Amino acid sequence: MNSVLSWITANQQMIYIVILMIFVGIEVIGRVPSVLHTPLMSGANAIHGVVIIGAIIVMGKAEHDNYLALILGFLAVILGTLNVVGGFVVTDRMLEMFSKKKKKS
Amino acid sequence: MELNILTLIYLIGAVTFILGLKMLAHPARARRGNLLAAFGMCIAILGTIFLYKDEQGNGLHNYGWIFGGILIGGIIGTLAAKKVKMTAMPEMVSMFNGMGGACAALISIVEFNRLVSHPVITSLPPSGFLSVVVSQGELLIILLGLMIGSVSFSGSMIAWGKLNGTIKDFSFKGQHILNLIILAGVFVLAVYLFVNADDLFRFDGTSAVFTLKGHLIFYGVFVLALLYGVFFVMPIGGADMPVVISLLNSFTGVAAACGGFLYDNKVMLTGGILVGAAGTLLTILMCKAMNRSLANVLIGSFGGGNKSGVTGQKQHGTYKEITLSDAAVLMAYANRVMIVPGYGLAVAQAQHACHDLEKLLVERGVDVKYAIHPVAGRMPGHMNVLLAEADVSYEKLLEMEQANEDFPTTDVALVLGANDVVNPAAKTDPSSPIYGMPILEVELAKHVIVNKRSMKPGYAGIENDLFFQKKTSMLFGDAKKVLQDLIAEIKNL
Repeated sequence: MNSVLSWITANQQMIYIVILMIFVGIEVIGRVPSVLHTPLMSGANAIHGVVIIGAIIVMGKAEHDNYLALILGFLAVILGTLNVVGGFVVTDRMLEMFSKKKKKS
Repeated sequence: MELNILTLIYLIGAVTFILGLKMLAHPARARRGNLLAAFGMCIAILGTIFLYKDEQGNGLHNYGWIFGGILIGGIIGTLAAKKVKMTAMPEMVSMFNGMGGACAALISIVEFNRLVSHPVITSLPPSGFLSVVVSQGELLIILLGLMIGSVSFSGSMIAWGKLNGTIKDFSFKGQHILNLIILAGVFVLAVYLFVNADDLFRFDGTSAVFTLKGHLIFYGVFVLALLYGVFFVMPIGGADMPVVISLLNSFTGVAAACGGFLYDNKVMLTGGILVGAAGTLLTILMCKAMNRSLANVLIGSFGGGNKSGVTGQKQHGTYKEITLSDAAVLMAYANRVMIVPGYGLAVAQAQHACHDLEKLLVERGVDVKYAIHPVAGRMPGHMNVLLAEADVSYEKLLEMEQANEDFPTTDVALVLGANDVVNPAAKTDPSSPIYGMPILEVELAKHVIVNKRSMKPGYAGIENDLFFQKKTSMLFGDAKKVLQDLIAEIKNL
């Protein structure tokens, strides 16, 4: 228990960020018209692809003889990139159609 | 100095995520918002690759592997996202979401192995007895990342399979109990590992080795969490898939935030929690639109609920069909036509034919509008995206409340492949599983023409009284074909 408490103390900045981000996330979403729900979900999906940074760190830290870390890290980088790139491209495709129609009307 | 630049880059990245998400909330600025967030992501990734230093000041290596992975993932991701059809968007989102979840789970596995292969050994002063202290904070985060990431991955894959039709709805008696048992199993193993981590080492001389038992427990958590993801999504019907995908989306956000804690990385934390919070709220909004509680969806009880609804059916009368030419006449000489698109329109790829019909009717002086139910299609806003693809103008799309005000003055309501969202049972029949869900009140219009492929019930698996009402006429067939035939008929008038 003590170790958990000391960990909380050591990470208090992070915990503040977590709490503030929860409020920011809720505030930002609260005003979205339902028209944009699908692109928004897709955009949010791309943003959590930020997990790729963790994958890069894992990969970059892996020792050359640690095959488990190398293989899993490599897979993680591929999957993370898929999430980021695919997510942003799909979102852009959806939104492209909205803007095309905007110009015409 | 380099590290300070990286801090600045992460700060910019985090701000672009928040701004990007905020701009995504406005139709006019949404696309720029998405590009802004993508830009933030790019600099955060590049910054990490070239500037990251660990506590000892060592940079990253294995550049070949990193760039190889990014290249492979980038090419596959771009191709998949570019080639996917508009109707298949929801399953694509689900698939990419699963990839993120898997990524988080893999990070946890690697970090766990690092954590236990470099244990901190302390000797207790009086006896000189050696003992191992594992950082409980790190272990907690690793376990959380593993559990959430795994559930998100396997759940998203099942949702993906269900949406593209390869996996059928599947439920059996006692499934909820099994789900709870699996979930309990995940937690019991994780808590056991968390509490007893220090004792799961065995000493080999002065170095500590993590025992096989400890490894087995860790991978047990992994496997059970994957299994839970499968069983969690399996029994949930297609109507609930948007909610499930949105929920899993926020799960992956939280899993990414776990990585942020692990590496003391603020941009991961910001992005992850932002998506976690936003995704959860979006999920709740969707549940509200369907008048169901999140807990109800979480236990996955739609499958059980609709069966009792079916047994409680009352006798139905007969329905009547309308010929294409009658339907054409009815619509061409109407003052106001309301088109109610549903999933059937999306499956048939009929959005362009639908827009052609609308243009033709408008040329003849008919006032044509679209009534969009919030959960029409397979994701909220799905219909809007599809119709936007066919260049239907934004002003013609009415939200549910506005459309319901207009139905009493509408001559013809044309229902294209929608079913549950126009089922009057939601208002009149308390025993119906969809009772209380807000619906489009098409029965207020003077005539209702329903296009469906057959009389089969919709996703919720319940009969629709609307089809048997006097003013309703059925027009069977594939939505695209029927619309093209209608257009030809109207042109001939």
